[in-house]
Amino acid sequence: MHNKTIAQLAKGLQAGDYSSQELTESYLGRIKQHQALNSFITVTEHQAIAASKQADAMLAAGDAPFLTGVPIAHKDIFCTQGVKTSCGSKMLDNFIAPYNATVVEKLNDAGVVSLGKLNMDEFAMGSSNETSFYGSVQNPWASNTVPGGSSGGSAAAVAARLIPGATGTDTGGSIRQPAALCGITGLKPTYGRVSRFGMIAYASSLDQGGPMTQTAEDAALMLQAMAGFDPKDSTSVDREVPDYTTNLNDSLVGLKIGLPKEFFDEALNSEMAAAIETAIKEYKKMGAEIVEVSMPNLKLAIPAYYVIAPAECSANLSRMDGVRYGYRCENPADLNDLYIRSRGEAFGTEVKRRILVGTYALSEGYYDAYYIKAQKIRRLISDDFNKALEQVDVIMGPVSPAPAFGIGEKTDDPIEMYLADIYTIAINLAGLPAMSIPAGFIDNKPVGLQIIGNYFDEAKLLNVAHQYQQVTGWHQQTPKGFE
Amino acid sequence: MQWETVIGLEIHTQLATKSKIFSGAATAYGAEPNTQACAVDLGLPGVLPVLNEDVVRMAVKFGMAIDAEVPPYSVFARKNYFYPDSPKGYQISQMDHPIVGIGHMDIEVDGVTKRIGVTRAHLEEDAGKSLHEDFHGLTGIDLNRSGTPLLEIVSEPDMRSAKEAIAYMRKIHELVQYLDISDGNMQEGSFRCDANVSIRPKGQEEYGTRTELKNINSFKFVEKAINIEVERQIEIIEAGGKITQETRLYDADKNETRAMRSKEEANDYRYFPDPDLLPVLISNELRAAVKADLPELPQAKRERFTSEYQLDLEAASNLSSSRHLADYFEALVKSSDCDAKICSNWVTGDLLGALNKLSLDITQSPISYQRLAGLLQRISDNTISGKIAKQVFEAMLSSESTADEIIESQGLKQITDSGAIEAIIDKIIADNPGQVEQYLSGKDKVFGFFVGQTMKASQGKANPGEVNKILKNKLKR
Repeated sequence: MHNKTIAQLAKGLQAGDYSSQELTESYLGRIKQHQALNSFITVTEHQAIAASKQADAMLAAGDAPFLTGVPIAHKDIFCTQGVKTSCGSKMLDNFIAPYNATVVEKLNDAGVVSLGKLNMDEFAMGSSNETSFYGSVQNPWASNTVPGGSSGGSAAAVAARLIPGATGTDTGGSIRQPAALCGITGLKPTYGRVSRFGMIAYASSLDQGGPMTQTAEDAALMLQAMAGFDPKDSTSVDREVPDYTTNLNDSLVGLKIGLPKEFFDEALNSEMAAAIETAIKEYKKMGAEIVEVSMPNLKLAIPAYYVIAPAECSANLSRMDGVRYGYRCENPADLNDLYIRSRGEAFGTEVKRRILVGTYALSEGYYDAYYIKAQKIRRLISDDFNKALEQVDVIMGPVSPAPAFGIGEKTDDPIEMYLADIYTIAINLAGLPAMSIPAGFIDNKPVGLQIIGNYFDEAKLLNVAHQYQQVTGWHQQTPKGFE
Repeated sequence: MQWETVIGLEIHTQLATKSKIFSGAATAYGAEPNTQACAVDLGLPGVLPVLNEDVVRMAVKFGMAIDAEVPPYSVFARKNYFYPDSPKGYQISQMDHPIVGIGHMDIEVDGVTKRIGVTRAHLEEDAGKSLHEDFHGLTGIDLNRSGTPLLEIVSEPDMRSAKEAIAYMRKIHELVQYLDISDGNMQEGSFRCDANVSIRPKGQEEYGTRTELKNINSFKFVEKAINIEVERQIEIIEAGGKITQETRLYDADKNETRAMRSKEEANDYRYFPDPDLLPVLISNELRAAVKADLPELPQAKRERFTSEYQLDLEAASNLSSSRHLADYFEALVKSSDCDAKICSNWVTGDLLGALNKLSLDITQSPISYQRLAGLLQRISDNTISGKIAKQVFEAMLSSESTADEIIESQGLKQITDSGAIEAIIDKIIADNPGQVEQYLSGKDKVFGFFVGQTMKASQGKANPGEVNKILKNKLKR
């Protein structure tokens, strides 16, 4: 049962082949069985069983929404009412959110049953899930490697079939990179497509929530529930949400695929390059045309990102001050001591590093040289993509330069870790939608193919991804020990 | 050495919206601590600000009223600093692109009109309050005020005396109430002021080093604080010292200013555009709607009052100082047959005097314009004398009755029946033969005695004209 997709499970539930409670208990059992993965921070067993019973009642009554009774889990960055929402940090280890994020609310309305909260890099800052206060997560494909990050718990749990789908968030690749490293499907929507309300902010102008699933079809089903204008988020876009399943089976004959030459330079692992080329060949067979495009400013994406994201996070994390909620140091001597020790004791190294970088970049005398300059670069990068997307329907390339690396392998070298995000970060700067889909293996480690589309072209991305999944079986592979 | 004072003011006025600038929580004053603070005001993880559109409309209204540039585009920025009553660790304010640009405000001091430049006005959210008492060495935080909308109005350093500063502040105070964008309540902190003060030798163009006086909450204190600060600065410079650029706090009890923090200690606020909020675009539709909604402004009203009602400038200024007062006056004129000047005298004299004693403002007046009109009506139709009218007015202050009811129940109707007056006079003449003798022998002053006695005997109700006429007749020499 656990190898079934959301589409299959939803159909089975509607048909009465099994109950939501049976499903929920079965998945809860798997979560318990595979605790060693460390993919969950909180398992909400009682609430899940109660919700599944309610779902069963709705299913029995008929006219239940399509996802009714389908178990999922949320990245622990989404506020869930009455449930600990830690954001992977000691700072919020005691924080019980008093409200639901819009994404959580919308998925609840669509009928899902949440099984709990998934591990992640602290405040979504990391590419390996190793910055989590709750410890690193094992990649189900090789337990000594990282699952990627920051949505590492989401990716590992879906890959290990502990849940059929999960929510994730992506600020610089945090959905796509772990999806790639764990061999699942991940979609980062257009900035503004999914509400950020209740999603704990890392870098507000880049953050975007999205689905992480086995298949593109499942991603379409989840996105359908998650997307839409939210009056509580001024940056969400008031634009109609199309039916994401309608065009899944459209033919790709004549599809123009752009390959940015900068994506395939010497930085790319040669085996990775070969794997991506193999995937592209598959698209050619389906009738797609390949066009070389150029992103001359791509190399500036990482430096620009590591000014903008830390600048925003330095302000976003100021509210974690030990005054109203979250961690407070013991016996503060005075107000400054309260601030310094509460924040000093509760934030991890990577979070502190980014707060410091951001504070510096915004300081008087440096603002123009760093922040303003980075915003200009951001515009140049957007222009590169917009120009390319005038010539092609989608852009393709790798998600990460190499497959999953070893736990602890890069923790001493943050710069090297940052550089590994070169193929994903630029897309966040441009605000474009992008997906990662399973496209093969290198030494038994999954490889992800990235598909980038135009603004609000999620339906096209899903169509392109789904067609690939009709002719390949990479997405159906299950890691050893989790079959 | 002759010194010239240079003053610029930053006025924070609370906008009179029902809900906060970025959340749906109520803004009403005086609620139990933290009962008017929602998740957004508390700065919980994950919450986002959503701009209250009323705030934009109000700011644009202000901009138009001071003839200011209202740019098509303005931006909210984060002002970063840590303080317990600032729940997000930053205040959402505006820096590079304020909602209102350069404008001006004319003031009159000692009969001279002067134009004061307004540099800008920007929107921001208020902080909460730290409560240092009652918590046994701890500090309590009340976030009810957190997120209350403020319009910060920044002037050019165009004022040259505390008097000018007060005049400017009063004009802004009057205007924001006129525009219905603020209640202007200074006790509740809806209207606060910081003053930038410096001195320079008369004739010098260059500005001196300024100090900033923080959070002065009354007109009286602004004047005192500026004057005492100017004295302090003169003393330092004349003793060969230098002014330190710093923020100072005015202590009203000791009438002195004290250093709070110097420029070196000043925060680097690290302003940057708030990525949670889109730039505010001011559409032409909004401009047109606000323009159509602009009330008659104080200056125009003052001029109209002098021409339309022939009031003198003082009365016209007085009546137009508040929109509610002006409305009261005009309603009174329309609903009574009295001359506008008589209406003006009653409103600015008796009514404002009484309200002042009772510490009420015109909107809380115990005598509505309809009731006052009823009283004035009885003066103009000779039912009562002006003197009796004051008595009726006093009675009206403490009752709900109309003037007619009071006149009736207290028997205050003027006696115009000459027979009745004659009878009173005859008795007085008969009772006072000595005085009659004196008058007839040429002592004119004694005539007043007879008038007084007659009025007294009639309890003030005899028509004074009638009394004079009959007395003259009876005491013919």
